[in-house]
Amino acid sequence: MTLLAIDWGLLIEKLVLIAVVVFGSLGIALYTTFAERKVAAVLQDRPGPNRAGPFGLLQPFADGLKLIMKEEIIPNTSNRVLFILGPGLAMTAALMTCAVIPWSSHVEMFGRKIELQIADINIGILYIFGVVSMGVYGIMIGGWASNNKFSLMAALRGASQAISYELAMGLSLIAVLMLSGSLSLKTIVEEQMAQGGLWNIAYQPLGFLIFFVCALAECNRTPFDLPEAENELNFGYHQEYSSMKLGFYLFAEYVNMIMSSAVMACLFFGGYDVPFLDESTLAPNIAAIIGVAALLTKIVIFIFVFMWIRWTIPRFRYDQLMNLGWKTMIPLALVNMLITGAAILWKAGV
Amino acid sequence: MNWPFLLLDAADNNSVANYFPIGIQLIFAAGFVATMIGVSQLLGPKRKTADKLETFASGIENHGDARQPVAIKYFLVAILFVLFDVEVIFFYPYAVNFRELGWSGFGAVLMFVSFFLIGFIYIIKKGALKWED
Repeated sequence: MTLLAIDWGLLIEKLVLIAVVVFGSLGIALYTTFAERKVAAVLQDRPGPNRAGPFGLLQPFADGLKLIMKEEIIPNTSNRVLFILGPGLAMTAALMTCAVIPWSSHVEMFGRKIELQIADINIGILYIFGVVSMGVYGIMIGGWASNNKFSLMAALRGASQAISYELAMGLSLIAVLMLSGSLSLKTIVEEQMAQGGLWNIAYQPLGFLIFFVCALAECNRTPFDLPEAENELNFGYHQEYSSMKLGFYLFAEYVNMIMSSAVMACLFFGGYDVPFLDESTLAPNIAAIIGVAALLTKIVIFIFVFMWIRWTIPRFRYDQLMNLGWKTMIPLALVNMLITGAAILWKAGV
Repeated sequence: MNWPFLLLDAADNNSVANYFPIGIQLIFAAGFVATMIGVSQLLGPKRKTADKLETFASGIENHGDARQPVAIKYFLVAILFVLFDVEVIFFYPYAVNFRELGWSGFGAVLMFVSFFLIGFIYIIKKGALKWED
């Protein structure tokens, strides 16, 4: 009777949490597309979408419905299997990132202590890096399978841009790991929450700057949106795509944006920590709700900054982008790592 | 270990059981993606014409296959990425344990970083990252 030994409560709890997190992030992504258009409108002094529903609030649903009702076109010369696999992989990878993000501390419900994190693994950050790299395959496979010169060109650009910035991103993180001594996101957040502890941004301003620039590049956001440079590549790597497959590519980008905001909030801005508030004095359920609200607020602020940058700064030239990534970011991140290490050791007085 | 027991010790931090929810999530996410692609396949109209199924080339006729040799620079970037990423990965275990390793560990890493930098300067001097000819 080994089957009875399964902790069914844990299984149900995780299933519910996964459903909430996945559909929640999809919902936020849906409204991020709307926010993007509204922010663009505000910055360009025009009203933006305002026809569907009050203040245009139903616009994302109209867009989604339109995408799903469109005809699926798979070009004759493309590779059918890879053509479908590409957007599927991009979207699946984007949805997998949220597994290790600690959304808040724990809630106590039905006599159980439920952690608000899908999986607290001790290599959380490495997991995120691994999954994010899978997203690059989505772009590369899609662009190659289309058998279109523009798509292939854009996919090559996108892939080499993403891997170049991943190096600097990985290096900039090492300084944070030295501070916390752990790869688990939960531990990193708890360290920042501890009494008298400061957020990592206080110790790592340069590290954060490098990480932020690399996050922009990894998400293909302006000024690093060269895979989608419409004036030279028509429409980028998803040029041949239509219907929901196109929708997945666009959507994956927004989900990635949300997840990288969440990761930045956890690594540098205390995750679900509220400044000047001692969470341990509150009832655990209330503290958990406040924590979720705090993390979501930080995510929204980051997303707004992403958009603000998009509608303010023009696009880089490709050689400038590669030079910035390899010749500026990587040495800077190395120096940052060494200085942090030396400072911590010196302070500890070993 | 028998798989049903995997869920039992999900509480401690260093076991395989911690990865179980990730497996569930993978099934969940992949299922969602597959369903959505399937549904949109069913819902959309299907009126295919020869012109529609051609790849788009800004309105002009297609000229040959897209899968032609590409610039060697992309390949170089990919190779260099693999090379340097392996080196970056070596920093991770050090970063987690560096307080115990103290100054002697720091000296060793300093040496490693200088090897890293020598390789880095070499590729730059060789022009491997030069995008403008």
